[in-house]
Amino acid sequence: MTVDSTAARKPRGGKRAGAKKPAAGAGEPELVQLLTPEGERVEHPDYAIDVTPEELRGLYRDMVLTRRFDGEATTLQRQGELGLWASLLGQEAAQIGSGRATRDDDYVFPTYREHGVAWCRGVDPTNLLGMFRGVNNGGWDPNENNFHLYTIVIGSQALHATGYAMGITKDGADSAVIAYFGDGATSQGDVAEAFTFAAVYNAPVVFFCQNNQWAISEPTEKQTRVPLYRRAQGYGFPGVRVDGNDVLACLAVTRAALERARTGQGPTFVEAFTYRMGAHTTSDDPTRYRRDEERELWEAKDPILRLRRHLEREGLADAEFFAALEAESDALAKRVRETVRAMPDPDSTAIFENIYADGHALVDEEREQFIAYQASFADEESK
Amino acid sequence: MATEKLSIAKAINASLRTALENDPKVVIMGEDVGKLGGVFRVTDGLQKDFGEERVIDTPLAESGIVGTAIGLALRGYRPVVEIQFDGFVFPAYDQIVTQLAKMHARALGKIKMPVVVRIPYGGAIGAVEHHSESPESLFAHVAGLKIVSPSNASDAYWMLQQAIQSDDPVIYFEPKRRYHDRSEVDTDAIPGPLHTARTVRQGTDLTLAAYGPMVKTCLEAAAAAAEEGKNLEVLDLRSISPIDFDAIQASVERTRRLVVVHEAPVFFGSGAEIAARITERCFYHLEAPVLRVGGYHAPYPPSRLEDEYLPGLDRVLDAVDRALAY
Repeated sequence: MTVDSTAARKPRGGKRAGAKKPAAGAGEPELVQLLTPEGERVEHPDYAIDVTPEELRGLYRDMVLTRRFDGEATTLQRQGELGLWASLLGQEAAQIGSGRATRDDDYVFPTYREHGVAWCRGVDPTNLLGMFRGVNNGGWDPNENNFHLYTIVIGSQALHATGYAMGITKDGADSAVIAYFGDGATSQGDVAEAFTFAAVYNAPVVFFCQNNQWAISEPTEKQTRVPLYRRAQGYGFPGVRVDGNDVLACLAVTRAALERARTGQGPTFVEAFTYRMGAHTTSDDPTRYRRDEERELWEAKDPILRLRRHLEREGLADAEFFAALEAESDALAKRVRETVRAMPDPDSTAIFENIYADGHALVDEEREQFIAYQASFADEESK
Repeated sequence: MATEKLSIAKAINASLRTALENDPKVVIMGEDVGKLGGVFRVTDGLQKDFGEERVIDTPLAESGIVGTAIGLALRGYRPVVEIQFDGFVFPAYDQIVTQLAKMHARALGKIKMPVVVRIPYGGAIGAVEHHSESPESLFAHVAGLKIVSPSNASDAYWMLQQAIQSDDPVIYFEPKRRYHDRSEVDTDAIPGPLHTARTVRQGTDLTLAAYGPMVKTCLEAAAAAAEEGKNLEVLDLRSISPIDFDAIQASVERTRRLVVVHEAPVFFGSGAEIAARITERCFYHLEAPVLRVGGYHAPYPPSRLEDEYLPGLDRVLDAVDRALAY
C-alpha cells in the first residue's frame, strides 16, 4: 500500500470504465470502487476481495435492516417518541462495509450517527434510542460489544480511540481500533491531535471519516481546501478515498486498513466519500442550504439499490430472499416501536447516580435533600 | 519505618515511583516528563527507571494528552498526566469537562475513569503570562471531577497515591511555589481520607481556611497575629471538590469567625462557595460575615505586580482585623 494509494494511479480501462466520477468536481481523484452504481463488479489492484454469495446477501440484509431501523426512528421522532434523531440515510454502505470489516476484539469509537456500525457490532438497536428519547446519556455497556458510547462533541472520540489503540500496543495485543467521524470533524483540533498521537506512537487505529458532504449546513469546501484523505500524508500515514456508497469497497479498504494496524504498520485514514440523504438531524432543514438536484444525483448512487442490482444481475438472491427480508424488516420496525414506547422514564434520583465511582459528599447531600423534597409532596397527599 | 524529609516536588516524584512500581497499569504522560524529568523535575529519573512505555513524552497537545489518557483508561490503564502549567490546561478543558468528567455517568456506571491530571498552579515564581493561574474553581464547578491540592510533602505523597487509586478522575493541583518546601514523609503511614480537611493550627478567635500554597501563608499570618494576642485557627482544606464543610462548620462553631484565603480571583471562587454554605450552616454562630481574601477580577498581572495581586501576610491580617472588629 502506498502512502497516497489513489491519487497517482491512472484510471484503468475495461471494467473500471463503468465507474462514475464523484460529484466533488474536476480534478478529484478516483475513488476505490468495487461495485458500480449499476451493480457491476469492478476490480481494483490494491483491494481485491472475494465475497461469497452468502456474504453479499448478508451485507444487503445489514443495510436494509439498518435503513429500516433508521427510518423507524425518524418516524418515532415525528410522533414525539424521540426528542431528536440523527439519520444515517445514504451512509449504510460506509457503515456496514467498515463495520463488517472489524473483528470481535477490535474496538469501535462512534459519533452519534453510527447506527449501522452498532448493528454490525451486535448492539441492540433499541439501546441507541435511549439518548434520543432522553432517558439516558449513553445507555449501554461499551465493553459488551467493544462499541463505545455515542460522542456528541465533534471529534473528541478520535483521541479516545487513539489512546485506546496505544493501550493495545502496550498490551502486546493484535487487535485494532476504528474511530468514526464526519467531514466537519476534520476541522477540529482533537482530530488533528489524534492524527499526531496516532502517527507518533504508531497506534493501531483506523480513522474512518464519512464525508457526507455536509456539516449541518456547511459544505466540505468550508472545511478544507484539499481532498480530506490527503491530510493523512502530512501526518505520515496513508490516506485513501473510498466510494462510501459501495459496501464492498468500504469492506475491502477498511479490512486492509485494520489489518495494517494489527500488523504493527500504524494508522490509516479512510475517507468514505458518501452523502447524507436526509437532514443532519430531525431538527435540521436541508432545503435551506442545498438543492434537490444534488440529492437526486446521489440517489442514483444509492448503496442499497446498487447491491440489489448486483444480486439480481448475478442471480445471487431470489424473490423469496427479498420477501423474507421485507418481513424481517417489518418485524424489526415493530419491535423498535414497541420497545421505545415501553421505555420508562428513569427514576428521578437517577440524576444523582453514577456521577462518581467512589462517591462525593456534595452529591450525597443533594440526593438526600432531593429525596426529602420529593417526599414532602407525598406527605401532603396523604393528609 | 520509612520516614524522610522531602520537598513537595520530591515527594510527588516518590509517589509516582511507588505507583509505577505497585501497578503495571499506571502510566505517566505529559510534555517533557521523560528525559528532562519535567520542567520542575517532578518526574526526574522515572523514565530512566521505568522506560518510555511507562513514562511517556507526548506531543505538545494538551487536549491530546487528556483525550488519549481517556482512551488508555478505557483500555484498563491508570494514566497520570501532567499539564505543564496551569494556564496551559485550557486546550484540554473540553476533554476534561465534556468527556473525562462525564464518561462514568454516560455509561451508567459500567466504565470507570481513573485518570489523574496533575497541574502545577499558582503564582509567586516570577513567571510570564499563563504560568501563575489558579483555575481550580473552573473545575470544581463540574460534576464528575474531584479536585485536591496538597500543602505539604506528606500530603503531596499520600494524596497522589489516593488520587491514582481512585476510580474517579482527580485534578491534582500542585502548589508550585511550595515545590521546594521540605517536611517529613512517612511512606509506611496509613493516610487519612483524601477529602478530609485538617486543622493545622488550633485557635479560638477566628478560623482561617485555605488549601495548597495559601496554607503556609495562613500559618505565618496566625503566628504574626499571635504576637498581637490573637489566637487563630488554621484549616488546611486539602480537597476542593468535595469540600469538607463539616470540618469548617465545626471550627466556625467554636471560633465564630471565618476568613477564606486562596490565590484564585475572589469573584465566583471557592471562597464564595464556602462563605455561602457556612453562612447557611452557621448563621447563628457567626459574629462576622465570612470574609474572603484572594486575587482580583483581573488577569494575572505581570510578575513585577504579583506581590500586590497575591494574598500575602498583610492582606490576610487585614481581613482578620476586619472580621474581629464586628
